[in-house]
Amino acid sequence: MTDHDKPVTDEELHAYVDGVLPDDRKEAVATFLAANPDAAALVAAWRAQADAIRARYGAVADEPVPERLQLDRIIAGDILASRRGSTPFRIAAAAAVLLAFAGGAGAGWTLRGAPDHAPSGFDRMTAQALDAYRLYVVEVRHPVEVPGAEAAHLRQWLSKRVGYELRIPDLSTLGLKLVGGRLLPGPTGSAAAFYMYENAAGERYTVYCAKASDGETALRFKTGEQYAAVTWVDDSLGYVVSGPSDRDKLEKVAKNIYDQVDKGPEKKG
Amino acid sequence: MATFRRDIEATIPALRRYARALTRDADLADDLVQDTLVRALRSEHLFHGGDTRVWMYTILANLNRNRLRALARRPAMMPIDDGDAAEGAPEGARDVERALATLVEEQRHALLLVVLEGLSYREVAEIQGVPIGTVMSRLARARSQIKTFLEGGRPALRRVK
Repeated sequence: MTDHDKPVTDEELHAYVDGVLPDDRKEAVATFLAANPDAAALVAAWRAQADAIRARYGAVADEPVPERLQLDRIIAGDILASRRGSTPFRIAAAAAVLLAFAGGAGAGWTLRGAPDHAPSGFDRMTAQALDAYRLYVVEVRHPVEVPGAEAAHLRQWLSKRVGYELRIPDLSTLGLKLVGGRLLPGPTGSAAAFYMYENAAGERYTVYCAKASDGETALRFKTGEQYAAVTWVDDSLGYVVSGPSDRDKLEKVAKNIYDQVDKGPEKKG
Repeated sequence: MATFRRDIEATIPALRRYARALTRDADLADDLVQDTLVRALRSEHLFHGGDTRVWMYTILANLNRNRLRALARRPAMMPIDDGDAAEGAPEGARDVERALATLVEEQRHALLLVVLEGLSYREVAEIQGVPIGTVMSRLARARSQIKTFLEGGRPALRRVK
């Protein structure tokens, strides 16, 4: 048997320990180990390592799966970004799947919080708002059509086009200055108002709002790779507040806006 | 689609085990698994058949690599003597944790995928995106390093998880 006479390689010793050595080499390896105590000691040490690792961690797989890792909860979306303070990791994570499977079309902004449901008009609006965020937030020279200095004019103009007495929130208490705004296509061919805010650190937040067919909804948080959004519908006006995916900050901004627009349309004058 | 979900769901216990051994930190491990699940669910359209389990390990490994990269950019304070790091763990278990901590990341992955997760060398090669020969040499180095560590030799380089 020629197989028997072939010298035993290191690879085969590993395969032996890992139980993946082909049957026709098992005898040769056993014979080799019997004649070579050093190699036998090595194999025994490797086995002991493997046993120790399995003894230490093997039982983890038998633990009940914690609630936050249950698919239903993850799919429901309420947990997508519930972990706080891990933004750098999350941003760094962006390309992970693409690294794993190069190719694959636009892994960018697909908001798949609840893939079971067909996207509603409001989901489409959210996607549009995030597209706008992505598009304009990097714009240095022309992020807006009307600068924040002309807020009154901006409000009048956008209110007319959207068909709703809008209120442009003042976010100065959060250190956010109004950069300005622009008119954008809305979800159903209608018009949408788009405002941009900026803080001293250069972080930008945007508010996209347009008439929505949905009634009222609660504030919802949606996260993507690098950006996140808080969305809601109030008084048949849909809002999408977008910003960097730091949930605490974004929620603070969104709630502040929510409180301000909740007071109803700004009185003219 | 329902099958896809079920297949993903079936991998969760093993992913948790793998992540726990990789990070040696229960919370961090579950964070990693959570992110892996989110990514997988969002990337359903990128999954073109094949072994779901291998795919999930691949995502998790990539996420962990990114995490470490992000950490590397921010210097962290680590105790020089981590003798009291594993609270209440028996001496032997602590040795395993510390031994794993001395490994180079890719070696640790290779060893754990084979020894703890029971994957074939070919599957590990697929996950790591390298030839089988590279997996074998990572495995060999990992085993040799752990042996040296457990026998009391100081590792050449103290690596922090």
